[in-house]
Amino acid sequence: MTALAPAPRGTGGHPRRSRGAPALAVRSLLRGLPTVPAVVLLAVFLAGPIAYCVYYAFTDMQLTGAAGTHFVGVDNFTRAFKDTDFLNAMWLTLLFVVGSAVIGQNTLGLALAVLTQKATQPVRALVNGVVIAAWVLPEVVAGYLMYAFFYDQGSLNSLLDAVHLPDQNWLYTMPILAVCLANVWRGTAFSLMVFTAAINDVPQELVEAAEMDGAGPWQRLWRVVLPVIRPSILTNLMLITLQTLSVFGLIYTMTRGGPGNKSETLPIFMYQQAFQNSLIGYGTAIALVLLVVGALFSVVYIRLLKLEDD
Amino acid sequence: MAAVATPPAPPVSKTVPAPAPSPRRVRPGRLVINLVLIAVSVLYVLPLLWMVLASVSDTNSFRLKWPSALTLDNFDAVLNVDTTYRPMLNSLLLCGFGTAVTVVASVLCAYPLSRYRSRVRRPFLYTILFSTGLPITAVMIPVYSMFVQVNLIDSMPGTTLFLAASALPFGIWLMKNFMDGVPIVLEEAARIDGANTMQVLWRVVLPLMRPGVVVVTIFTFIGMWGNFFVPFILLLSPEKLPASVSVFTFLSAHDQTQYGQLSAFSLLYSLPVVMLYLLLARKLGGGFALGGALKG
Repeated sequence: MTALAPAPRGTGGHPRRSRGAPALAVRSLLRGLPTVPAVVLLAVFLAGPIAYCVYYAFTDMQLTGAAGTHFVGVDNFTRAFKDTDFLNAMWLTLLFVVGSAVIGQNTLGLALAVLTQKATQPVRALVNGVVIAAWVLPEVVAGYLMYAFFYDQGSLNSLLDAVHLPDQNWLYTMPILAVCLANVWRGTAFSLMVFTAAINDVPQELVEAAEMDGAGPWQRLWRVVLPVIRPSILTNLMLITLQTLSVFGLIYTMTRGGPGNKSETLPIFMYQQAFQNSLIGYGTAIALVLLVVGALFSVVYIRLLKLEDD
Repeated sequence: MAAVATPPAPPVSKTVPAPAPSPRRVRPGRLVINLVLIAVSVLYVLPLLWMVLASVSDTNSFRLKWPSALTLDNFDAVLNVDTTYRPMLNSLLLCGFGTAVTVVASVLCAYPLSRYRSRVRRPFLYTILFSTGLPITAVMIPVYSMFVQVNLIDSMPGTTLFLAASALPFGIWLMKNFMDGVPIVLEEAARIDGANTMQVLWRVVLPLMRPGVVVVTIFTFIGMWGNFFVPFILLLSPEKLPASVSVFTFLSAHDQTQYGQLSAFSLLYSLPVVMLYLLLARKLGGGFALGGALKG
């Protein structure tokens, strides 16, 4: 067996280092060749703009002509942290991410994944079907449907009237709640899928053993299933946080950030500063804040995943 | 948790037949669960149902009600070049080419990442994984400034390439995971027979990971088809706008609105991705394959 086992790739060839070194370098370059198209695309269209972003964030660039652009240091940032509209956007973004992703999508996704395990097959198919349908719909269509649903004369209020509950002009009085619920409607499918896959992977013996020991359904869920799928829960939390952080189309279709700035999250605020107020430099500084927040979550996510060692 | 995990129960459950009553006892609980889930499904379905009903009825209202008479007038009204055909064709061009670029580049890039060990591999993988998390929304303003400077604003090819690049990190990551599942032994046999890297990739690896390639392709396409912000920022001319942006302008231009027509158009615009998803779900377990590939 030892004679037949192929030498581990890449580390092979060590006995002949003296004349193999340049050849090895050439070989690893050749091996890396297929990555070139992807690397070029990523460098030009992602790394490039991010580098630009870091640069512009410290300038006073405006939409009308780049000629008058000056380096202004951290002015954009000090300005942002004194700007009540920016602080408002930060606060709303926090509400939106915690409310719709961390609490809404995560909990509902987990609950649905657990419950569908116990449901009869047609019901399970129904739930998966409708939840995923909402997820597959294009963002703007989802926004339009949610606008119609929460509209003053819309389905939600008809529903509330039907059961004699007071209705609300949702999009006017509590737009941030409306967009949170809309994002839950649209995004829960992702958590549902991650959790269903994770629960299916929980070793059945473990659950049965707990059952033999007299654990009820709650205890089995709380003490066996949840601890086992903990890594998936954390991964899911990171991913949906990142997704929700960059939601633009859904909110923009439903409320455009309004009324006033009552549903103006950071992406919307950034867009308005850059394009409606023509302050590219300021908008870019906000983009950089968003990127840094995203990057922090991304780093935590990577640490959770821990790539296999090699 | 410790109390549950410590007893060496699994061997016991094999020797002693498990007492059967517990699964039967759950019946009433199961009924409640089914009812709860049906209630959730109804809430989920209402907005979708409204869209379908509004598209075939002649009343203009956000209220959910059965149409007094079914009509296809709304579809008739939107099925013309300006409203439907051109935006859909634009979407198809942007997303079709964008997806093609993403899939080809990620297959090529995933191969060395999956097969060779080297010093740059790990940092590279981490960078890819890191980029999957970056909020693309935040990049749009610098991308806009950059595109203005190199005169790529309002360019379909430019927008296509950006869409492709933004889908790449996730594409590469998924593709690499699928590729890791292809046993290396067959590949070595092909190499001994004298095949070069491209032949091995094309003739051995890709056929074995076809489901993975299909998943990446369909997901990339669905993601691009729904993307609103990127073409909204990068494209200006009305005749270049894809359906995602045209439906939005439609939405804001007609304020006391043709809800029926808007719904008809939304339905037509959503149809391709729903069909693709169904295809995926039927053939490959759909998103559940994705959910599995993503979990930690």
